[in-house]
Amino acid sequence: MSPRPYVRKIQRSWWLHHPRYVVYMIRELTCLFVGLYCAMLVVGLVRLAQGQAAWDAFLAALCSPLVVILQLVCLVFAIYHSVTWFALTPKAMPLMIKDEPVPGSVIVGAHYVGWAAVSIVVLIAAGM
Amino acid sequence: MSETIALEVLRYNPETDNEPSFQSYTVPYKDEWVVLDALNHIKDNLDATLSYRWSCHMAVCGSCGMTINNEPKLSCHTFLRDYRGGVIRVEPLDHFPIERDLVIVMDSFMDKLSSVKPYLIPKEDKPLSTGEYLQSPGELQAFHQYTQCINCMLCYAACPQVGLNEDFVGPAALALAHRYNLDSRDAGRNARAEIVASNEGIWECTFVGACSQVCPKNVDPAAAIQQTKISASVDWLKDLLTPRAHR
Repeated sequence: MSPRPYVRKIQRSWWLHHPRYVVYMIRELTCLFVGLYCAMLVVGLVRLAQGQAAWDAFLAALCSPLVVILQLVCLVFAIYHSVTWFALTPKAMPLMIKDEPVPGSVIVGAHYVGWAAVSIVVLIAAGM
Repeated sequence: MSETIALEVLRYNPETDNEPSFQSYTVPYKDEWVVLDALNHIKDNLDATLSYRWSCHMAVCGSCGMTINNEPKLSCHTFLRDYRGGVIRVEPLDHFPIERDLVIVMDSFMDKLSSVKPYLIPKEDKPLSTGEYLQSPGELQAFHQYTQCINCMLCYAACPQVGLNEDFVGPAALALAHRYNLDSRDAGRNARAEIVASNEGIWECTFVGACSQVCPKNVDPAAAIQQTKISASVDWLKDLLTPRAHR
Protein backbone atom coordinates (compact mmCIF):
# COMPACT_ATOMS: atom_id res chain seq x y z
CA MET A 1 0.00 0.00 0.00
CA SER A 2 1.20 3.49 -0.77
CA PRO A 3 2.18 5.79 2.10
CA ARG A 4 -0.68 8.17 1.32
CA PRO A 5 -3.73 6.76 -0.44
CA TYR A 6 -5.95 9.64 -1.59
CA VAL A 7 -9.50 9.50 -0.24
CA ARG A 8 -12.14 11.32 -2.30
CA LYS A 9 -15.00 12.67 -0.19
CA ILE A 10 -18.52 12.02 -1.45
CA GLN A 11 -20.25 15.31 -2.26
CA ARG A 12 -23.65 16.33 -0.94
CA SER A 13 -24.78 16.70 -4.54
CA TRP A 14 -23.80 13.10 -5.44
CA TRP A 15 -27.31 12.29 -6.56
CA LEU A 16 -27.25 15.04 -9.20
CA HIS A 17 -24.25 13.53 -10.96
CA HIS A 18 -26.09 10.75 -12.81
CA PRO A 19 -29.69 10.41 -14.06
CA ARG A 20 -30.12 7.04 -12.34
CA TYR A 21 -29.51 8.63 -8.94
CA VAL A 22 -31.96 11.46 -9.68
CA VAL A 23 -34.65 8.88 -10.55
CA TYR A 24 -33.83 7.04 -7.32
CA MET A 25 -34.11 10.21 -5.23
CA ILE A 26 -37.51 11.03 -6.77
CA ARG A 27 -38.68 7.54 -5.79
CA GLU A 28 -37.43 8.17 -2.25
CA LEU A 29 -39.17 11.55 -2.21
CA THR A 30 -42.53 9.94 -3.00
CA CYS A 31 -42.59 8.47 0.52
CA LEU A 32 -43.17 11.97 1.95
CA PHE A 33 -46.39 12.35 -0.03
CA VAL A 34 -47.55 8.79 0.63
CA GLY A 35 -46.89 9.48 4.33
CA LEU A 36 -48.76 12.77 4.13
CA TYR A 37 -51.81 11.02 2.70
CA CYS A 38 -51.63 8.34 5.42
CA ALA A 39 -51.57 11.12 8.03
CA MET A 40 -54.68 12.59 6.39
CA LEU A 41 -56.45 9.22 6.74
CA VAL A 42 -55.44 8.97 10.41
CA VAL A 43 -56.87 12.46 11.04
CA GLY A 44 -60.06 11.23 9.34
CA LEU A 45 -60.27 8.29 11.74
CA VAL A 46 -59.79 10.57 14.74
CA ARG A 47 -62.50 12.93 13.48
CA LEU A 48 -64.83 9.96 12.88
CA ALA A 49 -64.36 8.86 16.49
CA GLN A 50 -65.28 12.38 17.64
CA GLY A 51 -68.79 12.09 16.23
CA GLN A 52 -71.00 13.07 13.30
CA ALA A 53 -70.28 16.81 13.37
CA ALA A 54 -66.52 16.37 13.43
CA TRP A 55 -66.72 13.82 10.60
CA ASP A 56 -68.88 16.12 8.44
CA ALA A 57 -66.41 18.97 9.02
CA PHE A 58 -63.57 16.68 7.97
CA LEU A 59 -65.41 15.69 4.77
CA ALA A 60 -66.08 19.35 4.00
CA ALA A 61 -62.40 20.17 4.52
CA LEU A 62 -61.42 17.39 2.08
CA CYS A 63 -63.46 19.16 -0.62
CA SER A 64 -61.73 22.52 -0.34
CA PRO A 65 -59.70 23.33 -3.51
CA LEU A 66 -56.35 23.36 -1.69
CA VAL A 67 -56.90 19.91 -0.16
CA VAL A 68 -58.15 18.53 -3.50
CA ILE A 69 -54.96 19.74 -5.18
CA LEU A 70 -52.91 18.22 -2.35
CA GLN A 71 -54.69 14.89 -2.80
CA LEU A 72 -54.06 14.97 -6.56
CA VAL A 73 -50.34 15.61 -5.93
CA CYS A 74 -50.30 12.71 -3.45
CA LEU A 75 -52.03 10.54 -6.05
CA VAL A 76 -49.41 11.33 -8.70
CA PHE A 77 -46.56 10.46 -6.32
CA ALA A 78 -48.34 7.32 -5.06
CA ILE A 79 -48.80 6.12 -8.66
CA TYR A 80 -45.14 6.85 -9.46
CA HIS A 81 -44.12 4.96 -6.32
CA SER A 82 -46.37 1.99 -7.14
CA VAL A 83 -45.40 1.73 -10.81
CA THR A 84 -41.65 1.88 -10.08
CA TRP A 85 -42.06 -0.61 -7.23
CA PHE A 86 -44.10 -3.05 -9.34
CA ALA A 87 -41.37 -2.85 -11.99
CA LEU A 88 -38.86 -4.05 -9.37
CA THR A 89 -40.94 -6.94 -7.99
CA PRO A 90 -39.47 -9.65 -10.28
CA LYS A 91 -36.08 -8.92 -8.65
CA ALA A 92 -37.37 -9.10 -5.09
CA MET A 93 -39.78 -11.99 -5.59
CA PRO A 94 -38.58 -14.29 -8.38
CA LEU A 95 -40.71 -17.40 -8.74
CA MET A 96 -39.74 -20.86 -9.95
CA ILE A 97 -42.41 -23.32 -11.03
CA LYS A 98 -41.15 -26.86 -11.75
CA ASP A 99 -37.53 -25.69 -12.14
CA GLU A 100 -38.57 -23.00 -14.63
CA PRO A 101 -38.40 -19.30 -13.73
CA VAL A 102 -41.69 -17.43 -14.06
CA PRO A 103 -41.22 -14.51 -16.54
CA GLY A 104 -40.89 -11.09 -14.92
CA SER A 105 -43.81 -9.74 -16.96
CA VAL A 106 -46.12 -12.30 -15.32
CA ILE A 107 -45.00 -11.27 -11.81
CA VAL A 108 -45.43 -7.56 -12.62
CA GLY A 109 -48.78 -8.26 -14.31
CA ALA A 110 -50.02 -10.17 -11.24
CA HIS A 111 -49.32 -7.08 -9.12
CA TYR A 112 -51.39 -4.88 -11.46
CA VAL A 113 -54.23 -7.45 -11.37
CA GLY A 114 -54.03 -7.42 -7.56
CA TRP A 115 -54.05 -3.61 -7.55
CA ALA A 116 -57.13 -3.54 -9.82
CA ALA A 117 -58.92 -6.18 -7.69
CA VAL A 118 -58.32 -4.30 -4.44
CA SER A 119 -59.38 -1.02 -6.08
CA ILE A 120 -62.65 -2.57 -7.27
CA VAL A 121 -63.38 -3.96 -3.79
CA VAL A 122 -62.69 -0.53 -2.24
CA LEU A 123 -64.84 1.25 -4.82
CA ILE A 124 -67.74 -1.19 -4.28
CA ALA A 125 -67.40 -0.84 -0.49
CA ALA A 126 -67.30 2.97 -0.80
CA GLY A 127 -70.42 2.94 -2.97
CA MET A 128 -72.41 0.92 -0.47
CA MET B 1 -3.17 12.07 -40.91
CA SER B 2 -4.81 9.13 -39.19
CA GLU B 3 -7.67 9.65 -36.74
CA THR B 4 -6.95 10.15 -33.03
CA ILE B 5 -8.98 10.34 -29.82
CA ALA B 6 -8.29 12.28 -26.61
CA LEU B 7 -8.15 10.71 -23.15
CA GLU B 8 -8.20 12.64 -19.89
CA VAL B 9 -6.74 10.43 -17.20
CA LEU B 10 -6.81 11.17 -13.47
CA ARG B 11 -3.26 10.96 -12.13
CA TYR B 12 -2.10 10.76 -8.52
CA ASN B 13 1.41 10.15 -7.31
CA PRO B 14 1.38 9.62 -3.51
CA GLU B 15 5.04 10.63 -3.28
CA THR B 16 4.72 14.03 -4.95
CA ASP B 17 1.04 15.03 -5.28
CA ASN B 18 -1.29 16.48 -2.66
CA GLU B 19 -4.34 15.69 -4.76
CA PRO B 20 -5.15 14.01 -8.08
CA SER B 21 -5.29 15.98 -11.33
CA PHE B 22 -6.20 15.21 -14.94
CA GLN B 23 -3.60 14.65 -17.64
CA SER B 24 -4.50 14.64 -21.33
CA TYR B 25 -3.21 12.18 -23.90
CA THR B 26 -3.93 11.76 -27.59
CA VAL B 27 -3.91 8.20 -28.88
CA PRO B 28 -4.60 6.63 -32.29
CA TYR B 29 -8.27 5.83 -32.86
CA LYS B 30 -9.05 2.28 -33.93
CA ASP B 31 -12.50 0.77 -34.26
CA GLU B 32 -11.48 -2.44 -32.53
CA TRP B 33 -9.63 -0.79 -29.64
CA VAL B 34 -11.02 -0.68 -26.12
CA VAL B 35 -10.06 1.90 -23.48
CA LEU B 36 -7.53 -0.57 -22.04
CA ASP B 37 -5.77 -0.70 -25.43
CA ALA B 38 -5.55 3.10 -25.37
CA LEU B 39 -4.07 3.01 -21.84
CA ASN B 40 -1.57 0.34 -22.93
CA HIS B 41 -0.63 2.56 -25.87
CA ILE B 42 0.02 5.44 -23.47
CA LYS B 43 2.06 3.23 -21.14
CA ASP B 44 4.14 1.73 -23.98
CA ASN B 45 4.65 4.83 -26.14
CA LEU B 46 3.82 8.07 -24.36
CA ASP B 47 4.17 7.86 -20.58
CA ALA B 48 5.59 4.80 -18.83
CA THR B 49 4.71 6.21 -15.39
CA LEU B 50 0.94 5.66 -15.82
CA SER B 51 -0.30 3.02 -13.35
CA TYR B 52 -3.42 0.86 -13.69
CA ARG B 53 -4.47 -2.74 -13.08
CA TRP B 54 -5.29 -5.19 -15.82
CA SER B 55 -4.76 -8.81 -16.68
CA CYS B 56 -6.97 -10.83 -19.03
CA HIS B 57 -8.29 -8.24 -21.51
CA MET B 58 -11.47 -10.32 -21.91
CA ALA B 59 -13.87 -9.35 -19.09
CA VAL B 60 -13.02 -12.40 -16.99
CA CYS B 61 -10.43 -11.35 -14.41
CA GLY B 62 -12.21 -8.24 -13.11
CA SER B 63 -8.98 -6.25 -12.66
CA CYS B 64 -9.45 -3.30 -15.00
CA GLY B 65 -12.54 -1.60 -13.51
CA MET B 66 -12.41 2.20 -13.91
CA THR B 67 -14.77 5.15 -14.08
CA ILE B 68 -15.11 5.98 -17.76
CA ASN B 69 -17.07 9.15 -18.50
CA ASN B 70 -18.79 8.99 -15.10
CA GLU B 71 -19.78 5.32 -15.48
CA PRO B 72 -18.08 2.38 -13.72
CA LYS B 73 -16.88 0.06 -16.49
CA LEU B 74 -14.34 -2.61 -17.32
CA SER B 75 -11.83 -0.79 -19.52
CA CYS B 76 -11.31 -3.99 -21.54
CA HIS B 77 -15.01 -4.05 -22.31
CA THR B 78 -15.44 -0.40 -23.32
CA PHE B 79 -14.81 0.40 -26.99
CA LEU B 80 -13.31 3.68 -28.19
CA ARG B 81 -15.90 3.64 -31.02
CA ASP B 82 -18.65 4.38 -28.50
CA TYR B 83 -16.92 7.70 -27.71
CA ARG B 84 -15.82 8.61 -31.25
CA GLY B 85 -15.53 12.36 -31.74
CA GLY B 86 -15.57 13.03 -28.00
CA VAL B 87 -13.18 12.96 -25.07
CA ILE B 88 -12.81 9.89 -22.85
CA ARG B 89 -12.38 10.75 -19.19
CA VAL B 90 -10.81 7.91 -17.20
CA GLU B 91 -10.79 7.93 -13.39
CA PRO B 92 -10.25 5.32 -10.68
CA LEU B 93 -13.36 3.54 -9.34
CA ASP B 94 -15.40 5.76 -7.02
CA HIS B 95 -15.71 5.01 -3.28
CA PHE B 96 -12.21 3.54 -2.98
CA PRO B 97 -9.02 5.34 -1.87
CA ILE B 98 -6.58 5.98 -4.73
CA GLU B 99 -3.30 4.12 -4.36
CA ARG B 100 -1.72 5.66 -7.47
CA ASP B 101 -3.24 6.94 -10.74
CA LEU B 102 -6.04 4.48 -11.65
CA VAL B 103 -5.08 1.92 -9.00
CA ILE B 104 -7.43 1.81 -6.01
CA VAL B 105 -6.92 0.37 -2.53
CA MET B 106 -9.20 -2.67 -2.40
CA ASP B 107 -8.45 -3.96 1.11
CA SER B 108 -11.89 -3.02 2.44
CA PHE B 109 -13.55 -4.98 -0.36
CA MET B 110 -11.44 -8.08 0.31
CA ASP B 111 -12.31 -7.91 4.04
CA LYS B 112 -16.03 -7.59 3.28
CA LEU B 113 -15.90 -10.45 0.80
CA SER B 114 -14.31 -12.86 3.26
CA SER B 115 -16.62 -11.73 6.08
CA VAL B 116 -19.67 -13.36 4.41
CA LYS B 117 -18.00 -16.81 4.31
CA PRO B 118 -18.21 -17.19 0.53
CA TYR B 119 -17.69 -20.96 0.37
CA LEU B 120 -19.77 -24.09 0.86
CA ILE B 121 -20.45 -24.92 4.50
CA PRO B 122 -21.93 -28.44 4.40
CA LYS B 123 -24.30 -29.63 7.11
CA GLU B 124 -21.90 -32.42 8.00
CA ASP B 125 -18.65 -33.70 6.56
CA LYS B 126 -19.26 -36.74 4.43
CA PRO B 127 -16.55 -39.28 3.66
CA LEU B 128 -15.49 -39.44 0.00
CA SER B 129 -16.84 -42.99 -0.20
CA THR B 130 -20.42 -41.70 0.01
CA GLY B 131 -19.96 -40.13 -3.43
CA GLU B 132 -20.62 -36.69 -4.83
CA TYR B 133 -23.33 -34.24 -3.86
CA LEU B 134 -26.07 -34.47 -6.46
CA GLN B 135 -27.84 -31.37 -7.70
CA SER B 136 -30.75 -31.08 -10.15
CA PRO B 137 -30.65 -28.55 -13.03
CA GLY B 138 -33.32 -26.56 -11.17
CA GLU B 139 -31.22 -26.44 -7.99
CA LEU B 140 -28.27 -25.22 -10.04
CA GLN B 141 -30.34 -22.61 -11.81
CA ALA B 142 -31.48 -21.19 -8.48
CA PHE B 143 -28.02 -19.72 -7.84
CA HIS B 144 -26.11 -20.03 -11.14
CA GLN B 145 -26.45 -16.34 -12.07
CA TYR B 146 -24.68 -15.30 -8.86
CA THR B 147 -21.67 -17.51 -9.59
CA GLN B 148 -20.78 -15.21 -12.51
CA CYS B 149 -19.38 -12.44 -10.28
CA ILE B 150 -15.74 -11.60 -11.13
CA ASN B 151 -15.18 -9.28 -8.12
CA CYS B 152 -14.53 -6.30 -10.39
CA MET B 153 -16.01 -3.88 -7.80
CA LEU B 154 -17.98 -1.87 -10.39
CA CYS B 155 -21.07 -2.37 -8.20
CA TYR B 156 -19.26 -0.84 -5.20
CA ALA B 157 -18.33 2.18 -7.30
CA ALA B 158 -21.93 2.55 -8.50
CA CYS B 159 -23.60 2.13 -5.09
CA PRO B 160 -24.15 5.45 -3.27
CA GLN B 161 -24.70 3.60 0.01
CA VAL B 162 -21.15 2.21 -0.23
CA GLY B 163 -19.93 5.79 -0.63
CA LEU B 164 -22.05 7.13 2.22
CA ASN B 165 -21.33 4.32 4.71
CA GLU B 166 -17.92 2.71 4.41
CA ASP B 167 -19.01 -0.17 6.67
CA PHE B 168 -21.75 -1.33 4.27
CA VAL B 169 -20.87 -4.90 3.25
CA GLY B 170 -21.89 -3.99 -0.30
CA PRO B 171 -23.49 -5.57 -3.36
CA ALA B 172 -20.98 -8.19 -4.59
CA ALA B 173 -20.30 -9.71 -1.17
CA LEU B 174 -24.02 -9.89 -0.33
CA ALA B 175 -24.79 -11.41 -3.75
CA LEU B 176 -22.12 -14.04 -3.15
CA ALA B 177 -23.53 -14.81 0.29
CA HIS B 178 -26.94 -15.26 -1.36
CA ARG B 179 -25.35 -17.56 -3.96
CA TYR B 180 -24.13 -19.93 -1.22
CA ASN B 181 -27.33 -19.62 0.80
CA LEU B 182 -29.29 -20.78 -2.27
CA ASP B 183 -26.99 -23.73 -2.93
CA SER B 184 -28.67 -27.04 -2.06
CA ARG B 185 -25.29 -28.39 -0.82
CA ASP B 186 -24.86 -25.58 1.69
CA ALA B 187 -26.03 -25.25 5.30
CA GLY B 188 -24.19 -22.06 6.28
CA ARG B 189 -27.04 -19.55 6.15
CA ASN B 190 -27.17 -18.97 9.90
CA ALA B 191 -23.38 -18.62 10.05
CA ARG B 192 -23.54 -15.92 7.35
CA ALA B 193 -26.58 -14.17 8.84
CA GLU B 194 -24.49 -12.50 11.56
CA ILE B 195 -22.92 -10.26 8.89
CA VAL B 196 -25.49 -10.50 6.08
CA ALA B 197 -28.56 -9.64 8.18
CA SER B 198 -26.81 -7.00 10.30
CA ASN B 199 -27.33 -3.24 10.00
CA GLU B 200 -24.21 -3.02 7.82
CA GLY B 201 -25.49 -5.89 5.68
CA ILE B 202 -28.68 -6.05 3.64
CA TRP B 203 -30.50 -3.39 5.67
CA GLU B 204 -28.07 -0.70 4.57
CA CYS B 205 -29.27 -1.26 0.98
CA THR B 206 -32.03 1.10 -0.17
CA PHE B 207 -32.55 -0.60 -3.55
CA VAL B 208 -31.00 2.09 -5.71
CA GLY B 209 -30.40 -0.72 -8.20
CA ALA B 210 -27.26 0.87 -9.70
CA CYS B 211 -25.18 -2.23 -8.82
CA SER B 212 -27.19 -4.39 -11.20
CA GLN B 213 -27.20 -1.75 -13.93
CA VAL B 214 -23.39 -1.56 -14.09
CA CYS B 215 -22.61 -5.27 -13.56
CA PRO B 216 -20.68 -6.48 -16.65
CA LYS B 217 -21.68 -10.09 -15.95
CA ASN B 218 -25.45 -9.55 -15.38
CA VAL B 219 -25.22 -10.84 -11.82
CA ASP B 220 -28.01 -8.61 -10.42
CA PRO B 221 -26.80 -8.04 -6.83
CA ALA B 222 -29.82 -5.80 -6.15
CA ALA B 223 -32.12 -8.77 -6.67
CA ALA B 224 -29.97 -10.94 -4.38
CA ILE B 225 -30.13 -8.36 -1.60
CA GLN B 226 -33.91 -7.86 -1.83
CA GLN B 227 -34.45 -11.64 -1.74
CA THR B 228 -32.16 -11.89 1.27
CA LYS B 229 -34.18 -9.14 3.00
CA ILE B 230 -37.34 -11.23 2.55
CA SER B 231 -35.73 -14.47 3.79
CA ALA B 232 -34.09 -12.66 6.73
CA SER B 233 -37.47 -11.16 7.68
CA VAL B 234 -39.09 -14.60 7.53
CA ASP B 235 -36.26 -15.97 9.72
CA TRP B 236 -36.81 -13.16 12.21
CA LEU B 237 -40.56 -13.84 12.33
CA LYS B 238 -40.02 -17.58 12.80
CA ASP B 239 -37.56 -16.82 15.59
CA LEU B 240 -40.10 -14.55 17.25
CA LEU B 241 -42.92 -17.12 17.08
CA THR B 242 -40.85 -20.23 17.94
CA PRO B 243 -37.75 -18.98 19.79
CA ARG B 244 -36.08 -22.34 20.37
CA ALA B 245 -36.89 -24.12 17.13
CA HIS B 246 -34.44 -22.20 14.98
CA ARG B 247 -30.71 -21.48 15.08
